Amino acid sequence: MSDNQKVDKTRRNLVVATSVVGGAASIGAAVPFVASMWPSERAKAAGAPVEVDISTIAPGELKVFEWRGKPVWVIRRTPDMLDSLKTVVSKLTDPASKQSKQPEYAANEFRSLKPDVMVMEGVCTHLGCSPQMKPADAKAEMGGDWAGGFYCACHGSKFDLAGRVFRGAPAPTNLVVPPYTFLSDSTLLIGDDKKGA
Amino acid sequence: MRTLLAALLFVPAVALGESDYPLERAPIEPRDLVSLQAGARTFVNYCLNCHGAQYMRYNRLTDIGLSEAQIRDNLMFTADKVGETMKVAMSAKDGKAWFGVPPPDLSVIARARGADWLYTYLRTFYRDDKTPSGWNNKAFPNVAMPHTLWTLQREQPAVQYDRTVRDLVNFLVYLGEPAALQRKSIGIVVLFVLGVLFALAYAMKQAFWKDIR
Amino acid sequence: MASRLTALWDWFDSRMPSVAEEWRKHAAEYYAPKNFNFWYYFGVLSMLVLVIQIVSGIFLTMHYKPDAGLAFGSVEYIMRDVPGGWILRYIHSTGGSAFFVVVYLHMFRALLYGSHKEPRELIWIFGVLIYLALMAEAFLGYLLPWGQMSYWGAQVIVNLFSVIPFIGPDLALWIRGDYVVSDVTLNRFFALHVIALPLVLLGLVVAHILALHDVGSNNPDGVEIKKTKDARGRPVDGIPFHPYYTVKDTVGAVVFLAIFCIVMFFMPEVGGYFIEHNNFIPADPLKTPEHIAPLWYFTPYYSVLRAVPPLFTSQFPGVLAMGVAVLILFFLPWLDRSPVKSIRYRGAYYKSALAIFVVAFLVLGYLGVKPTTVWGQFGFDAFFLDTKDRATWVARLCTVLYFAFFILMPWYTAVDKVKPVPDRVTM
Repeated sequence: MSDNQKVDKTRRNLVVATSVVGGAASIGAAVPFVASMWPSERAKAAGAPVEVDISTIAPGELKVFEWRGKPVWVIRRTPDMLDSLKTVVSKLTDPASKQSKQPEYAANEFRSLKPDVMVMEGVCTHLGCSPQMKPADAKAEMGGDWAGGFYCACHGSKFDLAGRVFRGAPAPTNLVVPPYTFLSDSTLLIGDDKKGA
Repeated sequence: MRTLLAALLFVPAVALGESDYPLERAPIEPRDLVSLQAGARTFVNYCLNCHGAQYMRYNRLTDIGLSEAQIRDNLMFTADKVGETMKVAMSAKDGKAWFGVPPPDLSVIARARGADWLYTYLRTFYRDDKTPSGWNNKAFPNVAMPHTLWTLQREQPAVQYDRTVRDLVNFLVYLGEPAALQRKSIGIVVLFVLGVLFALAYAMKQAFWKDIR
Repeated sequence: MASRLTALWDWFDSRMPSVAEEWRKHAAEYYAPKNFNFWYYFGVLSMLVLVIQIVSGIFLTMHYKPDAGLAFGSVEYIMRDVPGGWILRYIHSTGGSAFFVVVYLHMFRALLYGSHKEPRELIWIFGVLIYLALMAEAFLGYLLPWGQMSYWGAQVIVNLFSVIPFIGPDLALWIRGDYVVSDVTLNRFFALHVIALPLVLLGLVVAHILALHDVGSNNPDGVEIKKTKDARGRPVDGIPFHPYYTVKDTVGAVVFLAIFCIVMFFMPEVGGYFIEHNNFIPADPLKTPEHIAPLWYFTPYYSVLRAVPPLFTSQFPGVLAMGVAVLILFFLPWLDRSPVKSIRYRGAYYKSALAIFVVAFLVLGYLGVKPTTVWGQFGFDAFFLDTKDRATWVARLCTVLYFAFFILMPWYTAVDKVKPVPDRVTM
C-alpha cells in the first residue's frame, strides 16, 4: 500500500472508531431525555391501586370507582344475570374473550375472579365513551331479546353483563378487565393483583 | 431603588437568621445507610409534626435500604399510601398562629443552609426566658423554633446526642438531593467514556492534520 | 445498498441542490486559516452550548410550571419525580454558566487578534447583539425557579429601569405587568425565555456566521489569507473547514464536554456560584435576603453600578454607567485605530491596556459577589471624600480602568509602536 493509501486507511479507521464511540455516547446522553417522558413518580403514585368497599353494593347494582382516571364498574351480579350470560353467546363477537384484554383469572365464562362480582373498565373499546347500564327489563328501548348489559350512546355498541361485545357493534373487543384482587369479602383492590405491596 | 437599598442596610441581620457564629463541620457520611435510616426515624418522629418535606415521597426512602413495608409500618405518619409525599401534620395557618411564622418546608433546607450550619444549629439551643418558646439558639438568634430535640439531648450523653444530630443532618442532606449518590456514580462512567472518546478523537485529528505544516 | 443510498441522495440533491451547495460553501470549501489556536475553539463551543441549552430546555418545559404557586415545586418535581429529571436540570444550570464562560473567552479572542477590525466590524456588532440577547435570556431564565434570589434579583434589576428619567417608572411597570414582580411577571418571562429570545439568538447566530463566512475568518497573526491565493484561487494559507476543523473541533468539544460533565456530575452548584444557596428558599415577597447578588457572569457590571456614586440623590449615574459599560462594546471597531490586528504585532501600549482591562474586569467581577454590607456607597452623596472603604475605592478604580481601555483607545492604539506584519501566517 502506498503511503497515501495507508494514511487514508488510518483516517477512515479512526473516523469509524470515533463515530462508533461517539454514537454510543450520544445514545447514552439521549437516555435521560427519553426517560424523562415516561410517567413520573407523581403520575405513578396517582395511578396507584385503589382500595374500594363493595359491601354496600346491592345485588344487581352497579357502582363506579375511579382508577387511573378511568371509570371502573363493580357489579354485584344476581344468579339471573349469570344465567343470562349463556343465552347471548351466539350473538357475541368474542364470547371466549380471546382478543380482549383481561387478567388470566378473568379469562373464563364469567370474566371475573368470583362470578357474583364483576369488575371491568367502563370504557367502550371503540373510541372511549362510557356506556350506560341497561338492565334486562329495558326491553322497550333495547329490543325484545335484551337480556341485560350495557349500551354505548356514542356509536351504538352493546355489551353483555360480562362486558362482552355484541356482533355488529363498532367496538372491536370486549370491555377491559383491570387487574384486581379481594383484600376481603367486602374490599377490592383495583389495579393490583399481586398482594405484595 | 434607593429606598430598597437603604432598607437593606437597616434590616437587622438578626431577624433574617444570620449570625457569624462559627460553624462546626458536620461529620456526615452520605453512604452510611444505617445513619441515614436513623436520621429518617428522628426526622419523622421529631420534625414532621411541624415541618413538611412536601417534595419527598415516602416510597423514595427505599433508596436508603428500607423496604416499602418498613416505611409503611415505621415512618408513614402523614399519608395513607407509600407513594404519597411527606406532608406536614400541621397546617400553615396554625403554624403562623403558634410560632409567628409557618415552619419552613425542609425538603431542600440542607441545600439552602448547608450541612455544617444544620449540625451546629441543632446543637446550640439554650434556655432563654425572654423568648416565647423559652429557647434561643446561637447559630440562629431569636429563632421561633423551640428545642424540639431537647428530650433526646437530656436523655443521651453528649457523644450520643451528637451522633443523633449527625444522622439527622445526614438524612436532611440526602433529603435535599436524593439523586446525589447516583449522580456521582454516573459521572464516573461518563468521564470514562469521554476519556476513551478523547483518545480516539485526538488520534483522528492527528491523522488528518499530519499534512498541515 | 450503497447504490440505493447514492440513488436516494441523487434524487434529493437534484431537487434541493442548496443543501450540497451550502455544505460546500460553509464547510467542505470554506477555506479557514490553518493557524487557528486554542482561542479559536470558543465560537464552535458557543454553538454547542446553545444547542445543549435548547434541547435541555425543551425537555424541562415538559415538566416546569410557570406559576408563582407551582414553579418552585415543579423544579423539585423535576429533580425527584421525573425519571432522569435531575440530569436535565443540572445540564441546563451548568449550561447557563458554561455559555458565559465560553462567550467571554470567545470575545477575548477578538480583542487578542483584532477580529473586530475592518472588514469584520459587522460580525462584531452581531456578536455584541448576541451578548446582549444572551444576558437578557439568562436574566429571564433565572426568575423561573422562583427562589429568593430569582425573585429579588428580578425585583432589583427591573427596578433599575425605573431610575431612567421620565419614562423609568412606567417602563418598569410595563416590563413587570404588575406593581411588584409577581406571577404575571413570571409568566411573561417564561414566554420570553422559552421562545422569544431563543429565536432572536438563533437568528443573530445565523447572521453572525453568515457575515463571517462572507468575509472569511481572521487568525492569530491578523493576516488576511485571501490576499495570497494559489492558481486555483484558493488562499494558500487556508485549509478546508471540513475535514480539518470539523475533526479538530471534535477534540475541543470532547474536552469541553469532559469539563462540563465534571462540573455537572460532581459539583453542579460550584460552591453557590452556578446555583445559589438562597435559591433553595422559595420566593418570599415579604422578606428580602441579606445578600442579593446576580449570578457571577453579571457581577462585573453589578460592581460598576455600585461603584458609581449617586448624583443629586438619583441612582441614574450608576445605572447609566452600567449600561454604557456594556454598550461601549459596539464602538470597539472604531475606537481601535491600530493599523495592525493581532496582539502579536502590537506595541506595549495595547498589550498593557488589554492586561489591565482583563484584571479590572476580573476584580470587578470578584467584588460584585461581595455583599452590599461590605462595600457600596449608599447614603453617601459626596464624591471620593467620605468612604474609607477600600473595596469601594478598588471598584471605582477598576471602573475607571475599564472605561479607560475604551475611551483612551483611539489615542494609544494610534501612537503604539507596531511590528511589521508578515504576509503569510506563522504556525
